[in-house]
Amino acid sequence: MSVLKVDQVSKLFRATSRSGALTPALRKVSFELKPGEVISLIGESGSGKTTIGKIILRLVEPTSGTVTFDGKDISTYSPRGLRDYYRHVQGVFQDPFSSYNPIYRADRVFDLVRDVYFAHVSDRDWNAKIEAALHAVTLNPGDVLGKYPHQLSGGQQQRLLIARALLLDVKVLVADEIISMLDASTRVDVLNLLVKLKRAGLAILFVTHDLSLGNYVSDRTIILRHGAIVEMGATEKVFGNPQHDYTRMLLTAVPELHKKWQHTPLGPVAVSANGSAVATDVIESMPNGSVVPALAHISMLDELSHAEQVVKRDVRAFLGGTRAASTKSSSVAVALEPPALNEFEPDHLVAEPE
Amino acid sequence: MSVSLENLSVAYRSRRGDVTAVDNVSFTLADGEIMGLAGESGSGKSTLGNALIYLDQRMKQTGGKVTLDGRELPIADTRAMRPLRMTEVSLVPQYAMSALTPTRKIGRLTSDLLKSHKVRNRDAVLTEMNRRIELIGLKEDVLSKYSFELSGGMRQRVTIILSTLLNPSLLIADEVTSALDVSTQRAVGEMLVEFRDRGYVKSLIAITHDLAILAQIADSITIMYAGRLAEKAATDTIVNEPLHPYTQALIASLPEVGVRHDTTTLTGIPGRPPSLANPPAGCRFRDRCPFAFAKCTETPPFEEVKPGHYVACWKVSQEAAK
Repeated sequence: MSVLKVDQVSKLFRATSRSGALTPALRKVSFELKPGEVISLIGESGSGKTTIGKIILRLVEPTSGTVTFDGKDISTYSPRGLRDYYRHVQGVFQDPFSSYNPIYRADRVFDLVRDVYFAHVSDRDWNAKIEAALHAVTLNPGDVLGKYPHQLSGGQQQRLLIARALLLDVKVLVADEIISMLDASTRVDVLNLLVKLKRAGLAILFVTHDLSLGNYVSDRTIILRHGAIVEMGATEKVFGNPQHDYTRMLLTAVPELHKKWQHTPLGPVAVSANGSAVATDVIESMPNGSVVPALAHISMLDELSHAEQVVKRDVRAFLGGTRAASTKSSSVAVALEPPALNEFEPDHLVAEPE
Repeated sequence: MSVSLENLSVAYRSRRGDVTAVDNVSFTLADGEIMGLAGESGSGKSTLGNALIYLDQRMKQTGGKVTLDGRELPIADTRAMRPLRMTEVSLVPQYAMSALTPTRKIGRLTSDLLKSHKVRNRDAVLTEMNRRIELIGLKEDVLSKYSFELSGGMRQRVTIILSTLLNPSLLIADEVTSALDVSTQRAVGEMLVEFRDRGYVKSLIAITHDLAILAQIADSITIMYAGRLAEKAATDTIVNEPLHPYTQALIASLPEVGVRHDTTTLTGIPGRPPSLANPPAGCRFRDRCPFAFAKCTETPPFEEVKPGHYVACWKVSQEAAK
């Protein structure tokens, strides 16, 4: 039984420029999150991974589609219902330094939770609760309570924010790039904490662009590109036997300690003289044909995304005058249709090439 | 040898006295070498990089010297450094993504830059720039674009082209891959190697906290901890046979593709680095080190234990002496 269900969620953002073109940030994304499960949501910048997290946290409204929590559509909550929703669904974000107000002590984040949710709890019970939450995130209360944010390391700050979520009866945690700003030595502690919480039954949506981190913690993986799912399934299947070209390209680009990238030099290597006399002879000595972009994945990298093409078309149509209105709605509809997902093997879906 | 640092120390002025962020650092860099400089935040790696090109008002050189191609680099004298910047030493700054002004097109920005560095044959340089833009697979029309019209990866690559345009002898690349997606990261990493191979830069110091990237592009890796050098060796040696306990712990804390929580549990390094305002005597990793012993209250020397392999650790020195 899933605790959270994302069903055909799409989101269009309107560009702030004069053209007012629409960019599809999410295209009919559907998945379910079960208790005690970690799903990695992996994608590059602009893939819409953060938007999904924000929609789940009701920070952004989807253009279409629904998110249901415990069988109830989250868009229907009253203000009071929403408060209860946040009791169960919480988020932690990328930059721990900007999650705190630097002029207050860091543990003020706990007081804010108390004001809203635990106004009638006695001081003694409250302190016991904080201690339990800090214990769960392997922090020593003496090390962090009463300290200002700048006195804590990034890892401590991030764990404190997770502890804040644990004070509530949290069932779903949206963890958006929570370790990308931490040092390698503290990163692993936060990752291991997520594993521990998951074993205790918490459902975690782990949003990241780092494939090895996603692989380490998650049970299931969703690869997003241009707002649509290109591959999803059990983590060992997606990483062990990637089927979509995009997933494969991502995996070959991951830097690994013990495996070198296959680097092919770009054409003959001509060494130019050092100094300000940037040798014109270098230009001449290079046969014209050798100056080709040879890095295989670059073509993929700089390729205009599907979404961008649509926006460009909209802008052209707008500047072109009267045809604007008629093309706009149809092109948006095209852009919203994600590539179809086919089942490659049980619990492993792969999108058709776009 | 193209670059050599001898006992370089750099401090920040503060109201409570100087904070030494780079403490007695010595190393040499061969021609054509890409050296990775890695460490946690606050280890002094960026300060070291910045000191080689521009000491701002908060910083001062408190000792040591830097030699570039046989001549001393006057890093404390910002006016004497001026003609050397971009031509001899160049920097790709951290946050290079925001290094390009939004008010000028890239082409205009470039010619302004060349003018301010008193470059004469600007047309030839611009032609060369076009060629390099094409070489790395960007389209030539980036010159007629504003920086905000480019994606993060494109901006990063344009910044690297700009920094290396006058073929500097030493390039300092500060966290150039950190804010990028994996595929862009790879493109930028390969671009740095390519530029070295082509002689656009003679040697390169790549500063990053990401050891996996360095394993791909660097010839040697230097690990910094709390303002001091901990270990320097060839990349393969650092990755496969690190000697310093800090390097070992750092490597062990990195998840690799294929490692999963249910089969392997990775471990972090407990504790945090000491404050540089009032650093403890002796080895600065002592408090976090599982092997610390009595001798560690004295500062370990940064010495060569095997050819080309430098370590600052009493335990390693003692074992090597046996």
